[in-house]
Order: sequence, then C-alpha cells, then structure tokens
Amino acid sequence: MNLLATITGNRREEWRERASAERRLLPQGKLSGPMPWVIAIMIGLTVVASACGLALRNTARVASADVAGGVTVQIVNGAPRERDRQAQAALAALQDAPGVASARLVPQRELDALVEPWLGTTAGDDVNALPVPALIDVRLSGNADAAAIDTLRRRIKPAAEDARIDAQASWLAPVFEAIGALQWLAGGLIALLAFATVATVLLASRNALSNHRATIEIVHMLGGTDAQIAKIFQRSMAVDAAAGGIGGLLLGMVTTALLARQFAALGSGMMTAGGLGWTDWLVICCIPVGGVLLAVLTARLSVLQALKGML
Amino acid sequence: MSQNEDAEIVHFDNVGLRYGTEKEVLTDVSFTLYSGRFYFLTGASGAGKTSMLKLLYLAQRPSRGLIRMFGTDAITLPRDRLPGFRRRLGVVFQDFRLVPHLSAFDNVALPLRVAGVPERDIIKPVTDMLDWVELGDRSHARPATLSGGEQQRVAIARAVIGRPDMLVADEPTGNVDPDMAIKLLRLFEALNRLGTTVVVATHDVHLLRKVPDSLIMRLDKGRLSDPTGALRYPPRRTVAAPRPDLVLR
Repeated sequence: MNLLATITGNRREEWRERASAERRLLPQGKLSGPMPWVIAIMIGLTVVASACGLALRNTARVASADVAGGVTVQIVNGAPRERDRQAQAALAALQDAPGVASARLVPQRELDALVEPWLGTTAGDDVNALPVPALIDVRLSGNADAAAIDTLRRRIKPAAEDARIDAQASWLAPVFEAIGALQWLAGGLIALLAFATVATVLLASRNALSNHRATIEIVHMLGGTDAQIAKIFQRSMAVDAAAGGIGGLLLGMVTTALLARQFAALGSGMMTAGGLGWTDWLVICCIPVGGVLLAVLTARLSVLQALKGML
Repeated sequence: MSQNEDAEIVHFDNVGLRYGTEKEVLTDVSFTLYSGRFYFLTGASGAGKTSMLKLLYLAQRPSRGLIRMFGTDAITLPRDRLPGFRRRLGVVFQDFRLVPHLSAFDNVALPLRVAGVPERDIIKPVTDMLDWVELGDRSHARPATLSGGEQQRVAIARAVIGRPDMLVADEPTGNVDPDMAIKLLRLFEALNRLGTTVVVATHDVHLLRKVPDSLIMRLDKGRLSDPTGALRYPPRRTVAAPRPDLVLR
C-alpha cells in the first residue's frame, strides 16, 4: 500500500510539475478576456433552449398518453328529450362494447362549465336556449385508431343515429404538430449555439496563436512539439470554458426556473405536465461539460492546424 | 579528442536557397561539418550567413540540394521528427529571441522544460549557468529590463544549457564588451572540448584569431569559400589537451 501510495504520489507530483512547466511556456489568460463571458452566454442560452425542448417533449408525452385511448361521442340533436334518449342508448351500447375501458356521460353542469366562458351562466344569459350536444367521454383499453373508431361507430349508430364519434388525439393533432415544430426549433437553436461556440473558440484560438506567434516559434526552435503547444492552449481554453460553463449553467437554470414559475401560474394541465424530471436536469447539467469538451477540442484542432503551417 | 571526432554531423550538397521568387541568397553550397570541431562562418553583411544558419538549425528548408544532419536526410525528415533534432541543437539568435513574459531564469530553463526535464533537476544547472554568464543576480529580471549585452548572455545561456550536439550562434558577441566577448568565446570553447560542434557566424575578424584551432568558412555573395581548409576531406586533425580553465562545470 505504501509503495502504491509513493508511486501515485510521485506520478501526481511529476504531472503537477509538468503542468506547471507547460503553463510557464505561454502567458495564460486567467479569465481576463471576454471568452468566459461569451461561453457563459452561449451555455446559458443552450440551457434555456434545452430546458424548453425537454419540457415540450414531456408535455407532448403526457398529453399523448392522456388522449391516446380517448374517444368523444357527441349526440348532436336539437330536441333535448331525443338527445337524452340517444345519449342513454349510446352509453348502454358502449358499456358492453369490447375494448372499452370506461364510458361516462358528461353531466350537464360540466357542460355548462365548459361553455361558460363563451355563453355565460348569469341571469339573462340564454344558455339553456342553445342546443349543446350531449357528450360521452370514452376510454379505450388500446389506442383510438381508425379501426377502433369504426368498430365503435358500427356499434353506436343503430342505437343513436345522431352520434358523432371522434378520437381525442385527432383534435390535438395540430397541437402536437406545433409542439414537434417547437422541439425542432429548440434543437436547431442548440445546434446554432454549438456552431457559434465553435466559431468563437476558433477565432479566439487563432487570435491567441497570432499574439503568441513569436513565443511559439521560439518554443518550436527549442524542440517543442505541436502537442505541447496545443496542450497549453487547450488548458487555457478549458479554464475559460469551465468558468463560462458554470456561469452559463447558473444563468440558464435561474431563467428556466423563472419561466417554469410563470407557466405553472397558468394552472393549465398541459403546462404543468411539462415539468422537468431529475433525468432532464441531469441532461441540462451535462451541457457545460459538453461545452468545455467542444471548446477544448476546437482549440486543439485549430491550434494543430495552424501549427502545421510552421516548419 | 573525443571518440566521435571526425564523425560527420552536417553535410550540405549543392544547396541553394531563395526566398519566394527572389534570386538565390545561397548558391551551390557544399560542405561537411565534423563532430567536435569549432567553425567560424564569416562574410560581409548580406553574404548569406544568417540564411545558412537557418538551414543549419532547421528553421528553413533549402530550395534545392541535399542536407544531411546527424546521419539523416534533413530535407525529407517528417515534421514530427523535427523537435527531436532541434533538441540536439543549441541556437543563439542574432536578435536573441527571448520570451518577453519569462524571467531570465525561465528563459534559460526553457529548453530543459521543453525536453521534459523534472523541475527539481532544472534549478541548479540554470542557476549555475546564469552565474557563469554573470547574471546570477538578474535571474528574476524580464528581458525588457535587461541591457542588450545581458539579453545576449541570457540567449547564450539558453542555447548551451541543454549541452547540445551542435551549437549555432549568429553574431553572439555583437552586443557585449570585449571582455565578455572573450569570456563567451571561452564558454563556447569549453563546450567544444566537451564534444559539442560549434558554428559561430561573425563578421568580427579579430574574433577568429581568438580560437586557434577553429576552422573558417567564408561566404561571399551566397557562395562558400574555404580559406582554412575547413571543408577539406579528410579534415585537418587538431590534438590539444583540454585546458582546466576551459572545462565547463
């Protein structure tokens, strides 16, 4: 154990010495330049875009699961008595139907609550004069695909000729399409931000290389390798990117939390379903790590490419 | 005399060098340098001395001809092998080329650090070397605060600290007083006696006489002449016991 400790201790000491020696070859930025700030902004925006993308994905998943087996049966008939008769007949037909998990006639007060924002319920509002269809909320044990809807239609129509049967998913299809488009938009933004980060790091590396060209030439003449010089730039960029990444992560998380509070205050079921889980936060916390790796790799490749031009 | 003396260290064969589309600055240069010898490269200003040294310390590839260094074709040498070759060379640049943000100590230590020498093995030789060039008390000074002569001494200390196989110096005594010039020349001689091949480019004819066993190559408008038989084969042998005061400690 002692021998192992001595060997690891010596190795650590050697590594520290070497790192210190390499650091002395070129002056280090020490977070004084704009690079950490630029990276912080990039990472912050990436965190917000990713959080939005993940929240949209969660919303779509929950909503999709909710409505996947949902079917709405409307009895559209102006005569209240006939409407009620057909509704009861359709309900009875549905309760025996195979593949139906549950069927519920939506009570009148729920229907009134649904139309209240548009028609009102106070005295003078003629809500009762408007023929509102009777609604039956059906849950299937499987997905409400076209075949299932056809089967239901064949079963209900003989009992309730004014019945209209729709899969709930079809009503929300435009919403899912919009959510999908927003997810693509978030992905596009992340890709653009990554591209902008690479371009910024590329410019910074080339600028630093140009500023230190004389020193690099001397180190080259003294037998310094490209890898040695690239490592110095990599280390400098890693420090800048790590500082910027932590700052950006905090900035992005605070912004995301504020946005989440705003949406949660809407009280909409769909919005609250989009809350981020711990795996989502884990993904978000990996963004600065990815940013650092991207910056270091970009710095290394750009420096090695530029050094190739020197003999 | 070392065992490797008379071993070929550098060979130029019909070498020409031009920058861009200008006319050649070096034309049909052919010579062989042998291990453990002391060479002066002379010539008027603009004769091509610095260009020749650039070829010697691998900062430039020739436009034509062949160059062999340490037994290897230096023209076709892959780029990733150049650092290994450069670590066998010590170079004193005419414009010193000290790293401005590093102290005199760190500048002298640079070749050792580049070569991966552990930090604990750097302090003593660098301190000794700075003492030798009489800059022990200026070891923390940055180049901008040093005089021209002091900078030149730091550059020389940096070139010889790694005990190179070949030392190439471009006007190394140009900015120092005569006493220091002699002292530096003695340092080069001491290194030479330890087996290092020394090539000193100078236009100071008085300097040539200070190293009696040296061989002189003269450049005139890019062409090489051989006033002392430096390029003759087999080379002239010189047998001289090392003087104790010249031995590099």
